[in-house]
Amino acid sequence: MPQKKLSVRIDGELISAVEGQTILQAARANGKRIPTLCDLEGLTPVGACRLCIVEISGTDRLFPACTTPVQDGMSVTTVSPKLTQYRRVSLELLFVERNHVCSACVSNGHCELQAMATEMGISTVRFAYNYPKLAVDLSHPRYVLDQNRCILCTRCVRVCAELEGAHVWEVTSRGIHSRIVGDLNQKWGDAKGCTSCGKCVQACPTGALAEKGWAVEEMVKKNDNISSLVRRRGVQA
Amino acid sequence: MKKVKVATVWLDGCSGCHMSLLDMDAAIISLAQKIELVYGPLVDAQEFPEDVDVTLVEGAVSSQDDLNKLKKIRQRTRLLISLGDCAVTGNVPAMRNSIPVQKLLHQVYVEGVQANKIIPTDGVPALLKQARPLREFVKVDMCLPGCPPPAKAISSVIAELLDGKKREGTLAVKFG
Ligand code: SF4
Ligand code: FES
Repeated sequence: MPQKKLSVRIDGELISAVEGQTILQAARANGKRIPTLCDLEGLTPVGACRLCIVEISGTDRLFPACTTPVQDGMSVTTVSPKLTQYRRVSLELLFVERNHVCSACVSNGHCELQAMATEMGISTVRFAYNYPKLAVDLSHPRYVLDQNRCILCTRCVRVCAELEGAHVWEVTSRGIHSRIVGDLNQKWGDAKGCTSCGKCVQACPTGALAEKGWAVEEMVKKNDNISSLVRRRGVQA
Repeated sequence: MKKVKVATVWLDGCSGCHMSLLDMDAAIISLAQKIELVYGPLVDAQEFPEDVDVTLVEGAVSSQDDLNKLKKIRQRTRLLISLGDCAVTGNVPAMRNSIPVQKLLHQVYVEGVQANKIIPTDGVPALLKQARPLREFVKVDMCLPGCPPPAKAISSVIAELLDGKKREGTLAVKFG
């Protein structure tokens, strides 16, 4: 059955979208960029980071573009002072929640969180740092999980379940106590379900998941590979 | 023309930001004609002067001594700039923040050495519970992150402050 065409306005410009597309997908298909962090093309969107929020005419609420389907006649605003303000707050809260010491990180210079801060011109945060005590799991022979750097985007959870089919990663606890855990809270090295494929490492936007053996600034992620793998396999997100 | 009084201060940092400040090549010569360096690790002055126009502070606030200095500096400075990640975020000095101070000192000075297992107390300032960024103690007028901030970023910020003109191609700010 051919998919229904919809007309949508994005930042005033009339574009045509396809029924079932999210606002983010429709925007991207028309060459418009909306800032994102938890989204990774090919994986089911979850709306975790709130960076992609947009305004929709007729309502005061803000909507995440990555999980909100387009509707015919919708008018979407992706850039406004209000959105900038909220996106900045979300990003600043990510920075204060854990210990993002960019200068000592394997992903320094290649980190999506760091790059987003630069893009938004964030030179400081407005909130007090939390400085929590967090674990670093070195038990896997090839990879490291450093909770200090995790932003709970759940890309690792999704890539492991949806692409590798191994379902190793999960989120445990709630709110500020949420943590990524492997195989129902085993050490990574003891997680029998892990195939050591490394997809989670490549999907992770920060240095939270990294290969061992790299020094500061050396870990470059290849998350394009994840998206192209999804495309080639025809897995539908 | 009256020279602008600039001070630099080194709190809990590695001095890398000061190195970066010195790394601005020829720009430092033209800058020297417009500013007077009145205090800091690069000059002799012992007492932080009254009436400073711009102070660049490197490092986190880690000890009671750092905090006292910072408060005095704030009173005597028109524009206070957090220079580098330690001053802006806490950065590496803040990596000790989840370890209680006594335990930390014990690990470093007793468990961590072969001989002279003594925790120093004479002539060293007492550590605060945590190393934290300047902004959490005093009003900061501007932040220049980076570890260290590139020399070019420091020189253009100072140049902008001096003549109020925005510089084209000013480097994008970046943590780390
Ligand atoms: S470990 Fe990485 S991919 Fe997984 S939730 Fe944390 S930041 Fe995201
Ligand atoms: S990209 Fe939409 S909420 Fe993260």
